[in-house]
Amino acid sequence: MSDHEYTPTSKVGKWFNDRLPLLTLANHLTDYPTPKNLNYWWTFGGILTFCLITQIVTGLTLAMHYIAHADMAFESVEHIMRDVNYGWLIRYIHANGASMFFLAVYIHIFRSLFYGSYKSPREIIWIIGIIIYLLMMAAAFMGYVLPWGQMSFWGATVITNLFSAIPLVGEGIVTWLWGGYSVDNPTLTRFFTLHYLIPFLILGLVVLHIWALHVPGNNNPVGIDIKKPSKDTVPFHPYIVIKDGFALLMFMIVFAFFVFYSPNILGHADNYIEANPMVTPAHIVPEWYLLPFYAILRSVPDKLLGVVAMLSAILILAVLPWLDTSKIRSAVFRPLYKQFYWILVADVLILGYMGAMPAEGLYLLIARVATAYYFLHFLVILPVLGFKEKTLPIPLSITEPVLGGSTNLAMAKNKESLDK
Amino acid sequence: MSDKKPERRDFLFTASYAVGAVGVAAVVWPLVDQMNPDASVKALASTEVDVSSVKPGNTITVLWRGKPVFIRRRTQEEISEARSVKMEDLIHPEKDEDRAKDPEWLVMLGVCTHLGCVPLNDKGDYDGWFCPCHGSHYDTSGRIRKGPAPLNMEVPKYEFVNANTIKIG
Repeated sequence: MSDHEYTPTSKVGKWFNDRLPLLTLANHLTDYPTPKNLNYWWTFGGILTFCLITQIVTGLTLAMHYIAHADMAFESVEHIMRDVNYGWLIRYIHANGASMFFLAVYIHIFRSLFYGSYKSPREIIWIIGIIIYLLMMAAAFMGYVLPWGQMSFWGATVITNLFSAIPLVGEGIVTWLWGGYSVDNPTLTRFFTLHYLIPFLILGLVVLHIWALHVPGNNNPVGIDIKKPSKDTVPFHPYIVIKDGFALLMFMIVFAFFVFYSPNILGHADNYIEANPMVTPAHIVPEWYLLPFYAILRSVPDKLLGVVAMLSAILILAVLPWLDTSKIRSAVFRPLYKQFYWILVADVLILGYMGAMPAEGLYLLIARVATAYYFLHFLVILPVLGFKEKTLPIPLSITEPVLGGSTNLAMAKNKESLDK
Repeated sequence: MSDKKPERRDFLFTASYAVGAVGVAAVVWPLVDQMNPDASVKALASTEVDVSSVKPGNTITVLWRGKPVFIRRRTQEEISEARSVKMEDLIHPEKDEDRAKDPEWLVMLGVCTHLGCVPLNDKGDYDGWFCPCHGSHYDTSGRIRKGPAPLNMEVPKYEFVNANTIKIG
């Protein structure tokens, strides 16, 4: 991993490091050469690590008071809110923490889309990231079921019923998932178990994600390969640590605003009504971070195809490195892609809005158009764009566009004329 | 792949993998099957309902296996409306005569066949039920007429124990 040998200065350190090279690892992490032009969009990796740890710590403490039983779950959550010391704080951090986690992960994903971070040689980092994202959705969904309110119950019913769309074995799979003939106590206890497990799976995958990142090193806003270490890099510590830390502080202000000033704004009032299998709430909506996919599900009139479309919308991201045929990573040098990128951002936001609206009339029509465009972007526009687009000349180094007169400039000019 | 003739060792490898696979499957199955409905859940297989107080045009909802069951005493108009529908107009063609043996009583799972919500009574474009989740419309026989649900609401196994009591399951 590290490009240079490391020897601890102290005798004890050397003795330990010869037996378990943890200090070499720590040294690698502090010295890790990072492109010096990373902007604030690159700080969300650190922010996401913070989110994961926050969820694990608050989750562990909540689990000390929560009771995973259909008759007691709802009450135990209210017990946490009213009786447990600082229970309200811990629960509000955990519940809003999930939203903050998704907010950060969406920014992180869209940063990759803009700067082409998913492209060779970073496909594995990207795919691990998509798996983490899938696990996050599973964890969030199951966590939402645990308070055993009306939205918990009916959200669980609707989402598990997605599996009934599978031909032949669908019904059997749903019964198996439920452990009964409807969402009930067996469903709750297993969801609690899995909700507890998944964050640790994510933690393991995060280690792999960072490991895979440290092989080629960070992408950067210019999107070119850089020599490392070189004039184009700075050591991770203290430069990136300070920048990440500052961004994290800004993020925590937003986080704290939700926790202290509007802790329920991202949730749904119906979840403060205890689960009732006899009555479905008039308007079931998932949490905001799942709305775009929910809109895709509802925009297809066929049950099986709707489920297929929704899953494809997520899984299509995993093959993105091969759908995008352009050799240029950063959208900065791709004038057409840059425009399509922003259209995609708008498209996803529109889908999210439509997911929150009733599936009828104009809403449904717009959701259908937006769904079609979503797939068009990945399956047609991206592959074709790589061949058709006239990209701008890319600099040879990060330093070049800043200093202008670097020695590489002549070479760059030369290369440009060769391209013509 | 190679032209090498299979020898004793290859046989041993293959046999070992096969035995290993059977062993793993035998261990995994109990871990998978424990998630299926257990004996106590299966034991709640049937329930008896007193329907003597249900007036024509009313529906009662009872819980059976954790799911709501609609028991509707239909009016004469509802019955004739359900029985006059042409089979070609149905998404999931089923005769009302087959769904309600005694035309006055419609007994069915109150579970939308789309994604499992409970449809609302006396709502929708077909005077039957309407699912608020994703907009499926059912007629007075509980048959799907419009919307994303693929099937009619399921009629469970039931029988009249006597004139006033229905046994579901």
